[in-house]
Amino acid sequence: MSKRTVVPFGPQHPVLPEPVHLDLVLEDETVVNAIPRIGYVHRGLEKLVEKRDYTQFVYVTERICGICSFGHSLGYSECVEKLMGIEITDRAAYLRVIFHELSRMHSHLLWLGLLADGFGFEALFMHAWRLRETVLDIFEEVTGGRVIFSACDVGGFRQEVSNETLAGIVAKLERLRDEYRTIAKTLLEDSSVKSRMVGVGHISTDKALELSMVGPFARASNVATDERLNGIGAYGDLAAFEPVLSDGGDCYARCDVRVREVLQSIDIISELVDKIPDGEVMVPVKGNPEDGAQAMTTLEQPRGQAFYYSKGNGTKNLARMRVRTPTSQNIAGMVAALSNVELADVPMVILTIDPCISCTER
Amino acid sequence: MSNVGKSPWIIHYDGSSCNGCDIEVLAALTPLYDAERFGVVNTGNPKHADIFVVTGGINDQNAPVVKQIYDQMLEPKVVVACGACACGGGVYQTCYNILGGVDTVIPVDAYVPGCAIKPESILDAVIAGVGILDEKAKAMKMNPADKDRSEKDASTGAHASVADVDDGTNADAE
Ligand code: SF4
Repeated sequence: MSKRTVVPFGPQHPVLPEPVHLDLVLEDETVVNAIPRIGYVHRGLEKLVEKRDYTQFVYVTERICGICSFGHSLGYSECVEKLMGIEITDRAAYLRVIFHELSRMHSHLLWLGLLADGFGFEALFMHAWRLRETVLDIFEEVTGGRVIFSACDVGGFRQEVSNETLAGIVAKLERLRDEYRTIAKTLLEDSSVKSRMVGVGHISTDKALELSMVGPFARASNVATDERLNGIGAYGDLAAFEPVLSDGGDCYARCDVRVREVLQSIDIISELVDKIPDGEVMVPVKGNPEDGAQAMTTLEQPRGQAFYYSKGNGTKNLARMRVRTPTSQNIAGMVAALSNVELADVPMVILTIDPCISCTER
Repeated sequence: MSNVGKSPWIIHYDGSSCNGCDIEVLAALTPLYDAERFGVVNTGNPKHADIFVVTGGINDQNAPVVKQIYDQMLEPKVVVACGACACGGGVYQTCYNILGGVDTVIPVDAYVPGCAIKPESILDAVIAGVGILDEKAKAMKMNPADKDRSEKDASTGAHASVADVDDGTNADAE
């Protein structure tokens, strides 16, 4: 056995936009163990429910993470609506899902860019982020914000979006689809790109189940887990929904799953825009959550299953608000995927898990 | 723009931000806003950087990291605090694990408001930062004490930094 060395990785590292620290235990060039250390971004958001009332807390949940921002406000709103027995209108439910899928597109395009940057393909990074601006333009046009836009609120959707605007959104996405295909082709078919990803950081289906992995990370190991299958909100009205799966289990498969999910999101948005019913988007919200009432809900975030729990105490502040985010589920998987890879592949493996540290630590 | 005499390289560190500001910092570098046309390059090495862009507030665990990156940067250097969090804590101000804005640990030269910040305002701040950088460079030339120090940096520090950079590039290039 050769001598073991420990290489510290992070918290500040060029491939990581977010701070996380790993102690990589190496034997020669091979990682035998990776010990994560988190806590650099912990803020203590859950405790803030004591200081902010349940309507103000939507803005706090949006800031759990700026990438999955809309998803968190959606999960929180759904959870509090369940707690208080509020029925939102169908139009609001559709708008929520449309914007949630747009957020997924923005998150995945962002990730594809970071991945390209990770293996040194700068031009591809730039192109992915250029396409992502189309989605951000839609957000800005409708809500005024680019990444954090406070569109979702307890009781519905804050913006009335006209049918013409929605049709315009679909037209923009159709144009994006063609350009996106070219990028996707490079990512999935270019031999130098493939040589960085195929066979790297493999996780088998059994291992994925054992480690309770979620999201595209699990789906790339052929685990059919997707909260959208539960049909909460407007997802229930989709004619059909099949999670995007791959049986590769390696970095390439994870890239492939996300690439295809972007196209899937465009399809979902087009279908819902066709079907969206007319009506109001907000219902009035009165009173406070009852003492002792509890509610929970789940949501498929861009990175996987997120779980929301809330508990009332009769006042305008909640007694407890709990979020379990996808990356905290996936850290065990990340450590497993890192074992036996070469040091030079570590950034690739970490990137293909698409960790969101800000969500994890809150 | 005529006053910008240098291509500023930036280093970005995410204090305890929600990512909202981080992705906007990156967006400022990508084609739509294209900070690279001003010669702005995002580097991972503190010793290469002129401008330290920090997003998010400070907590006990990241305070030494922010301070260390700042100390590793060579003079003259400029710190830009990006977003409400970095300026003073933002929405998290009253959270138990937030000490405050970036200026609780290092001196800040420019504050960029917004939650999340707009890429346009980041460009503004970086360009303002270049002005401050020029002033600092001038002040260093005029101050003999600093001149001595920078010569010392150049002789002794250079060896230390070669070693550091070596480590750094090995770690970066993996
Ligand atoms: S200022 Fe707002 S968007 Fe920026 S990191 Fe803080 S909470 Fe997030």
